[in-house]
Amino acid sequence: MTSKIKEVFSNIKAENRKALITYIVSGDPDTETTIEIMNSMVRQGTDIIELGIPFSDPMAEGISIQKGHERALEKGASLSGAFELLKKFRVNDKKTPIIFMGYMNTFESLGANKFMLEAVKASLDGILIVDMPPEESSNFSIEAKKVGVDIIRLIAPTTSSTRAKKICSQCSGYVYYISVKGITGASNINADEVKAKVSELRSHTDLPIAIGFGIKDSASASSVKDVADGVVAGSVFVDLIGEGGNIIEKVESKTKELSEVLN
Amino acid sequence: MSEELMPDVNGRFGIYGGRYVAETLVPALEELSEQYELIKKDEKFLKEFRDDLKDYVGRPSPLYFAKRWTELLGGAKIYLKREDLNHTGAHKINNTVGQILLAKHMGKKRIIAETGAGQHGVATASVAARHGLECIVFMGEEDIQRQSLNVFRIKLLGAKVVGVNSGTSTLKDAMNEAMRDWVTNVDDTYYIIGSVAGPHPYPQIVRDFNAVVGEEVLEQSKSVIGKDPDMLVACVGGGSNAMGLFYPFIEKNNVRLVGVEAGGLGLSTGKHAAPLNDGKEGVLHGMRTYLMQDDAGQVIETHSVSAGLDYPGVGPEHAWLKDIGRAEYESADDEEALDAFKELTRVEGIMPALETAHGIAYVKKIAPTMREDQSIVVNVSGRGDKDINTVASIEGIEL
Repeated sequence: MTSKIKEVFSNIKAENRKALITYIVSGDPDTETTIEIMNSMVRQGTDIIELGIPFSDPMAEGISIQKGHERALEKGASLSGAFELLKKFRVNDKKTPIIFMGYMNTFESLGANKFMLEAVKASLDGILIVDMPPEESSNFSIEAKKVGVDIIRLIAPTTSSTRAKKICSQCSGYVYYISVKGITGASNINADEVKAKVSELRSHTDLPIAIGFGIKDSASASSVKDVADGVVAGSVFVDLIGEGGNIIEKVESKTKELSEVLN
Repeated sequence: MSEELMPDVNGRFGIYGGRYVAETLVPALEELSEQYELIKKDEKFLKEFRDDLKDYVGRPSPLYFAKRWTELLGGAKIYLKREDLNHTGAHKINNTVGQILLAKHMGKKRIIAETGAGQHGVATASVAARHGLECIVFMGEEDIQRQSLNVFRIKLLGAKVVGVNSGTSTLKDAMNEAMRDWVTNVDDTYYIIGSVAGPHPYPQIVRDFNAVVGEEVLEQSKSVIGKDPDMLVACVGGGSNAMGLFYPFIEKNNVRLVGVEAGGLGLSTGKHAAPLNDGKEGVLHGMRTYLMQDDAGQVIETHSVSAGLDYPGVGPEHAWLKDIGRAEYESADDEEALDAFKELTRVEGIMPALETAHGIAYVKKIAPTMREDQSIVVNVSGRGDKDINTVASIEGIEL
């Protein structure tokens, strides 16, 4: 079976646009609202959703997403809860690729075997474990491959060319290029640096390349879209969810803004 | 594999340790490993390190026979390794003296550190002052409250204290925040981790720089005790003072190694900081180790009267030593630690840190069960001045 992620990127290429990948935290502010947010994001042009799996110690996250994790945990969110949530979402949406993005300890609480069984049942498309570099992949990458779940990997501005090549060879779905030295929601994105690094990555892989960390509006999205196949926006959405009020309306309008820029 | 070769090339102690970090930090850790492997064989560096330990820290620290305490307990002879007499009052300075030299060698201009009880913060701020480097110390808001004396010391030393109020506002959150700072400022910043914890190569570096404690005991035992001690005892939070004491003795199977974790309100209450006694394998702060966590893999809140032990994880080498049965891990609860704090103070005129008092509490229990011709060396990892506010408030006294 072809992966849904691959299909999305090839369609986007044919349509001559870039993928919009949006991130929110599973269960923030609660399960039902997360599903509503996902649906509204898809309606407004999101191509792929990264669903953050809440963790008590999200080391790579800036304050916005940290707070999202805390809000979700207060409501009792968990990895098992995220699978339940995804199954409900799948009732009405069978085609939008969903990625679980989180930290090793929560993924391991379920174990690779059980995780992949659940992943198949919920039709999960990929995983991105932030603190799992290729050297520490253990059985998650082996089990993921068996059931056709993509393993999305991070490449950073600090990654050497040799190392980037190795990471790309152990990656599937898309390569996630971290646009800044920093944590999620950083504000010091340097478009020229990103462009140079991403063009270099092209020589190592034919996989689509998505750019994330520090994309928050149409300006930052358009500053890097030319070199990318997709753009990831996260903190900006998690902030809107944290603000409260009419969350769905706010998320829809932000999704629309970003999606239009990428068309 | 021989313990001497631990960690292996992947930074593992058995299945523990490793490098579970976001990609941005992997190259920085690889660089640190390379530089450390080079520098640790460099005679010039080693001389500078040894000179600093002697003239700045005041080493060697004495191995002192606690005569009155031994008589009181009636059993094994008890010897105190006096790390409390080091400059800045704890073993923490050994590691910072080494790491700041490494930082300078690597051309880093900015130093960051996490701290719980504040001892590592004070030790880092001191060496940063001495070398004229900018220093930022991350500290949980709760620890800032209970260790106000050390907060002020750090500020006097010219470092900046950044309060952390995410998560549980303690040591683990300070470490998260320090990691976030490092990832952002990785080019010019050196992160001095204060325990044998974190991603490879930190557990190894911090162990090696603290191993001077055990090396001295090995040598001092010959004249002070006349033979190897029968047992070494040290408190374990992250486990740096214990690892420093144990490491040179690991191949000496005649010497029992006992680490003492914080039992908090009691192991059965779940309100403690004793992952080796009552935790399970997991991944936090870049390492695989024993962790205090729930079934969903969330790290849970720990409790200990001592801020320096109030940490849900433990150094990976301790996890390994536990699994292979080379070291034993016990616990002492808050009350036992406070009793031990008072007893050592009154009987020997030595006021230990509340962290240290956990090791002292275990000696109180075990010494009477041993023979008079046997001996125990307990690491007095720090002095207790910083804890008088905590002890006073438990007694209902306002200072």
